[in-house]
Amino acid sequence: MKKTLIATAFLALGAQTQLAHADLAVAIAGPMTGEYASAGEQIRKGAEMAIADINAKGGVLGQKLKLEVGDDACDPKQAVSVANAMVNKKIVFMHGHWCSSSTIPASEVYSEADIPMATVSTNPKVTERGLKNVFRIMGRDDQQGMVAGSYIAEKFKGKKVAVLDDKSAYGKGLADEMAKAMEAKGVKPTLRESITAGEKDYSGIVTKLKQAGVEVLAYGGYHTEVALILRQAQQAGLKLTVMGGDTMTNSELVTAAGANADNVMFTFSPDPRKNPDAAPVVKKFEAANVKPEGYVMYAYAAFQLFAEAATQAKSTKFADLEKTIRGNTFKTVIGDLSFDAKGDQKKPGFVVYQWKGGQYDYAK
Amino acid sequence: MAYALQQLINGLSLGAVYGLIAIGYTMVYGIIGMINFAHGDIFMVSAFIAVTAFTLLAALGVTSLPLALIAVLITAIFFTSAYGWAVERMAYRPLRGSTRLAPLISAIGMSIFLQNMVQLTQGARVKPIPPVIEGGIELWQTADFTVQVSWTQIMIVLVTIVLMVAFTYLITQTAFGRQQRACEQDSTMTALLGINVDRTISATFMLGAALAAVAGVMVTVYYGVVDFFIGFVAGIKAFTAAVLGGIGSLPGAMLGGLIIGLIESFWAAYLSPEYKDVATFAILILVLMFRPSGLLGRPEVEKV
Repeated sequence: MKKTLIATAFLALGAQTQLAHADLAVAIAGPMTGEYASAGEQIRKGAEMAIADINAKGGVLGQKLKLEVGDDACDPKQAVSVANAMVNKKIVFMHGHWCSSSTIPASEVYSEADIPMATVSTNPKVTERGLKNVFRIMGRDDQQGMVAGSYIAEKFKGKKVAVLDDKSAYGKGLADEMAKAMEAKGVKPTLRESITAGEKDYSGIVTKLKQAGVEVLAYGGYHTEVALILRQAQQAGLKLTVMGGDTMTNSELVTAAGANADNVMFTFSPDPRKNPDAAPVVKKFEAANVKPEGYVMYAYAAFQLFAEAATQAKSTKFADLEKTIRGNTFKTVIGDLSFDAKGDQKKPGFVVYQWKGGQYDYAK
Repeated sequence: MAYALQQLINGLSLGAVYGLIAIGYTMVYGIIGMINFAHGDIFMVSAFIAVTAFTLLAALGVTSLPLALIAVLITAIFFTSAYGWAVERMAYRPLRGSTRLAPLISAIGMSIFLQNMVQLTQGARVKPIPPVIEGGIELWQTADFTVQVSWTQIMIVLVTIVLMVAFTYLITQTAFGRQQRACEQDSTMTALLGINVDRTISATFMLGAALAAVAGVMVTVYYGVVDFFIGFVAGIKAFTAAVLGGIGSLPGAMLGGLIIGLIESFWAAYLSPEYKDVATFAILILVLMFRPSGLLGRPEVEKV
């Protein structure tokens, strides 16, 4: 009796490994822990839903997708080791990383291993290095900096503006582009400074802004620092309007900054939730108690892109996938995706948003 | 002028927090001649206890501010001292009498353990609490700048002064203080005289942790957000403060904390906020080069 039990167990195990063998491994990577973990969570929620949906429809080329999750904590060194681990796991597609400073070194590892990747990292360098495997499903910092900088120059005419960044690849790149766009419109920033991300005390820089009479802060960096700066500005009796980039979509900003979050504006691609084609998916997310905000829909779209491309190419080989992705237009929940020679989206488009009472919407 | 005054106030409140944490390093060094590398994480644990306590109190509907604050302080001190005691018990006592390096390394292990424990149980996200104390007073108004002191900053400085007075009294005037100083000078002889050295060392760890607990609550109220990593940076800065002031010296730790707070604040104000940490640590290097015993420390006398 016992022997048969063990034998069945072995059989079952064997069957399972065989099944697992037939799966296609795909992956996401980003900050699953650390200061920006909430962004990683958004990506994960989006990816899980996309893969469940794809598998429910029979998978890709008859094979089920299996999701691998890599955690880089937005640390470039950790990102490279995550990338190597993913290569060992023989993934056929990667969505990530999130921080530009992680994506840039990690993408070289994927490039050598011929793994195609979709990313939402916005630093221009991500696609400027001529890697063939990188496809960006978000706009670039020079584009969003242009939109944000021009908006500041036009809407806040006559007010003093400071440009601040957090020294990261993403933050500094974005802040530089915002400053450039403002200067092109004849507005010179009153102050241009950098801070250290991850600190808690920003009273020094806040006092400096107050002394300079700054009312508008063009910020390149992530949401956690903005929340602290706003809170400390309020304590110092300084009213600031902040203009940031796509990372400000995170609702953690509202929890941490309280009512101050209503002073935050940011640029982001047109809201995918307003896309009528995405309505069923949005409903699905809401039913699963996931707010489809920030990068959730982008992660979903990344796997739609992969599934669609693999189906059209009838292969998951890099050369076939790459040719198919570059040559076609794909319908996804974030709209139609098509790519130029560099791997950038053909029509990105950025819109200015504003937080109001815990929700973000197009700024008026 | 008004601007400088405002930066002075910012620097003092930041420095007071560093000073409170630094006392923990200094006291432990004083008694066993070792740096407790888990101390910064004890501070972080305290901040998390404070966040939990504030959230619980808010859920229970306690809105009276002084009452809530005192309740949180007591809770944090209680649990954090327990952590301080446990760290000594697990990372130091079993290794007493071994090489000097062993307990240092086990303390670093303890620090990593605490960080990971909090990250796993509390999550890696930033934990915010709604503003506890809002507003402040306008101290001075000039044509283009208003100097503002928030109630939180006033609270931090007041609490620090009270604690400093209490601790100076404890160390210099009480029986416990005498025992502690005796252990510091010669623990073998103290033990021969019938004083429980182990208990004195445990109590020292707990006192250091209690001060870190107060600092943790202050920081939670001041900044309103905590995450599992805050202990690292704050720990290193407070350690620097302790060395700068003269490790082993109580007033030295406080002075070191204030100096570091002020350097950070003024460097960010007049030079660049980018390089303020570089400035802090450069000053530390200079002090170690030209006055290795720190500002208020005495050069170590070889005991015969």
